[in-house]
Amino acid sequence: MSIKMSAIHDKIGQFPRELEDESIYIMREVAAQFERPALLFSGGKDSITLVRLAQKAFFPGKIPFPLVHIDTGHNFPETIEFRDWLAKETGAELIVRYVQDSIDQGKAKEESGKYASRNVLQTVTLLDTIEEFKFDACIGGARRDEEKARAKERIFSVRDDFGQWDAKRQRPELFDMLNGRISVGENVRVFPISNWTELDVWNYIKEEKMEIPSIYFAHQRQVIQRDGMLWADSEHLNKEADEIPFETTVRFRTVGDMTCTAAVSSHAVDIDVIIEEILSAEISERGARIDDKRSEAAMEKRKQQGYF
Amino acid sequence: MDILRIATAGSVDDGKSTLIGRLLYETNSITKDKIEALESASKRKGLNFLDLSLLTDGLIAEREQGITIDVANIYFSTPTRKYIIADTPGHIEYTRNMVTGASNAKVSLILVDARQGIVEQTARHLSIASLLRIPKVIICVNKMDLVQYEESKFNEIQHKLSELVSKTTFKGQTVSYLPISSLFGQNITKKALDMPWFNGNTLLGELETFEFAETLAQAPARFPVQFVVRPMTEAYHDYRGYAGKISSGTFKVGDEIRVLPTGQTSTIATIEKFENSLEQAIAGESIVMTLSNDIDISRGNSIVLASETDLPSLKDFSAHVCWLDHQALSPGKTYLLQHGIHVTKAKITQITERLDVTQQTSTTEVGQLNLNEIGKISLRTAQAISADKYAENPSNGSFILIDEFSNSTVGVGFVD
Repeated sequence: MSIKMSAIHDKIGQFPRELEDESIYIMREVAAQFERPALLFSGGKDSITLVRLAQKAFFPGKIPFPLVHIDTGHNFPETIEFRDWLAKETGAELIVRYVQDSIDQGKAKEESGKYASRNVLQTVTLLDTIEEFKFDACIGGARRDEEKARAKERIFSVRDDFGQWDAKRQRPELFDMLNGRISVGENVRVFPISNWTELDVWNYIKEEKMEIPSIYFAHQRQVIQRDGMLWADSEHLNKEADEIPFETTVRFRTVGDMTCTAAVSSHAVDIDVIIEEILSAEISERGARIDDKRSEAAMEKRKQQGYF
Repeated sequence: MDILRIATAGSVDDGKSTLIGRLLYETNSITKDKIEALESASKRKGLNFLDLSLLTDGLIAEREQGITIDVANIYFSTPTRKYIIADTPGHIEYTRNMVTGASNAKVSLILVDARQGIVEQTARHLSIASLLRIPKVIICVNKMDLVQYEESKFNEIQHKLSELVSKTTFKGQTVSYLPISSLFGQNITKKALDMPWFNGNTLLGELETFEFAETLAQAPARFPVQFVVRPMTEAYHDYRGYAGKISSGTFKVGDEIRVLPTGQTSTIATIEKFENSLEQAIAGESIVMTLSNDIDISRGNSIVLASETDLPSLKDFSAHVCWLDHQALSPGKTYLLQHGIHVTKAKITQITERLDVTQQTSTTEVGQLNLNEIGKISLRTAQAISADKYAENPSNGSFILIDEFSNSTVGVGFVD
C-alpha cells in the first residue's frame, strides 16, 4: 500500500501526451480510410473523450462523422441531457436508435428476473443501425485495460456481416500502420483509446477541463444494496421484497444502464478527489459492471456475438 | 510522463505470464476484486498459491490449453513512467505475433529457463529484436529457484548467451542479464535475498533507469500528410491545413519544405495543435501544418525539409520481410504496399535469401517464403514511396504488404 499512497500525488495530472497524439492519428485514419464512419456514443466518459479527440483531430473543421447513440431506454436521464448538449456544443450530427423499437419489432426479447438488463439486447439495435446507415467503421471507446478479452483487441477490429469478432483471425497491426481494407458486408470497429487506462482518461478530462455528466460526481440518490454493491433505484430495476431503497451519497465510476451499473459510496465532488479515489480503489472499474460478472468469459462471448 | 513500451518473448512454459503477473502484483497494479478472482480461479485449478499467469492468459482457448496464443497488451505505471507490455506468444508458429508485438517496443524482454539454458527460440527472439532495431534487450534467466539459486548455473548460461548476442547485436543496442524467479518474486521489483551474489539491478530497476535518448527528434524530418483539413466556413474560408503525425525529426515555423513525390516547395506558415499555435513540433506529435502558398498536396504525400539533398524516394529496392500469412509469398505476385499511410501496388520481383534466424545463416535461391519465415526480397512499386533505410531511420523505414483479395496484412518489410 505504501507505494500506492505515495504515488498518488506524483501521478495526479500527469497525462502522457503521446496517447493523445496516437488517438488523433487514429481518428484521422478513420476519416481518410472509410466512406461512412460513425462514432458510437454512450454518454460515458470514454466516449466523451472520443468526441474531444475527434474535435481536435479535424479542427478548425467539424467532426466529419455522426455520433450514434443506441438508447436502451434504461439510461440515466442525466446522460441523455448531456448527450444532447454535447452534440449541440460540437455541432456534430446525432443519430439515436432505440432498443425499445427492436423489442417492439420482435427482434429482441426483454430479459426477466432480478438481473434483467438491456445490455445484451443493444447489440441487435446496433447491428440494425449499422445496416440502416451502411456504416463501414464504428468508433468505440473500449480500452485494453478494462478486461482480459479486450487486452487482445486490435485498434482496427474487422467484423463480419453479423458483427462477429474472431480472435484467431485478427489482422496483425505493426508499428502504427492501420489496414482498414474490408470486403462488402464487413465493417470495422475502431478503438482509438485502446492504450489508455482509466486513470489516463480521468487525467485527460482534468487537463482538458472537459464537461462530464453530473452522475460521475457525488450526489444524493435512492439506492438498494445488492451483492455488496449499491444499485440506483429506478422503475427499470427488478427489486426483490427485501431490497428496500434508501438514500445515500454515491457516484458512478462508469456509466452504463441503470440496471447494470453499480454506484460507489463517495463524497468526491471534484475531479481531483475522483482521481485520488481511483488510485486507492479496491475494486476495478468493470468490477462494477454486473454484465461482466455473469461468467469469467462473459466479455469474450459477447464480443463474438457482435457487442462492441 | 513518458511511455516505455516493452515486448516480452519466451518459449512455452518458461513463465512469461507469471513474470508479468508478478510485475503487476508487486507494483500494486491489481485491484482487490481481480486478486479475489485470481484466488478463486487458482483454487479451482487445485493450486495452493496465486497463479499470477491467469492475469494475462485472457482468451478461452488459452485457458483451456494453458498457453498464450495472441498478443495481449498490459498496462501499469510507476511514479516514473507508464509502461505498456506487449505479451507475445512463444510458440514457433506464432512468430508473426511476436514481430507484431515487438514492432513498437523500445525494450525486448527475453526469458530463459535456468534448467534448459538457451533454446532455439532464444536465438530467434534475439534475431528479431535486432531485425526490429530494438535498442535494449533484457534477458531474464528465470526459475532460478529450480536450480537452487546457484551462481555458477547463471554464469554458465550468461556466458553462452553473450556468445550468441555477439552474433546478433548491432551498434547502439544494450543487453543485460538478470537471474530471477517469477514464482517467488526474486529480483523482479525487490533484490533477490536468495541470490546475494548478484549485484545488478532488479528488473523494474532496469526499466525505470533506461533512457531512450530522443534520437527520433534528431532524425531527418518526415511528415506524411494524412488528411487535408478544409473547413470551408465563413471564418476559415480559404483555410487549408495538412494534418498528420510527424514520423521523425523536427519541423519549425519558417522552415522551407519540399513535398514528395511532386517536388514542390513552400514555407511552413503555422504549426497547430487544436487551438494552439506552436513554434515547432517533433516526431510523434499529431499536428496541422499550413503553408505560405497554395500548392497541391494530397493524402499520402510526404513533407521533408527543402535543404535535404538525399531525398527518400524508392521504386526499385530490396527489403527484409517477415511473412505473416498462411499463403506463402511467391515471386512475381502483386500486393498492396502500405508505407505509413501511403498505399501503392508492389510486385515482388525476387526472393533473394531466406534467413535461418536460429543459426544466423541464410540460403539463396529461395522459391517462396512461408508463414513466420524471414527473408530478403527485391520489389518494385507502382508509385515511389518516401521511405528511408530501416536501420538509419526506423520510424520511416518499414512497410506492410496487403493481399489485394483477402485484404489481410500478410507481411511486414524493413527497407535495406
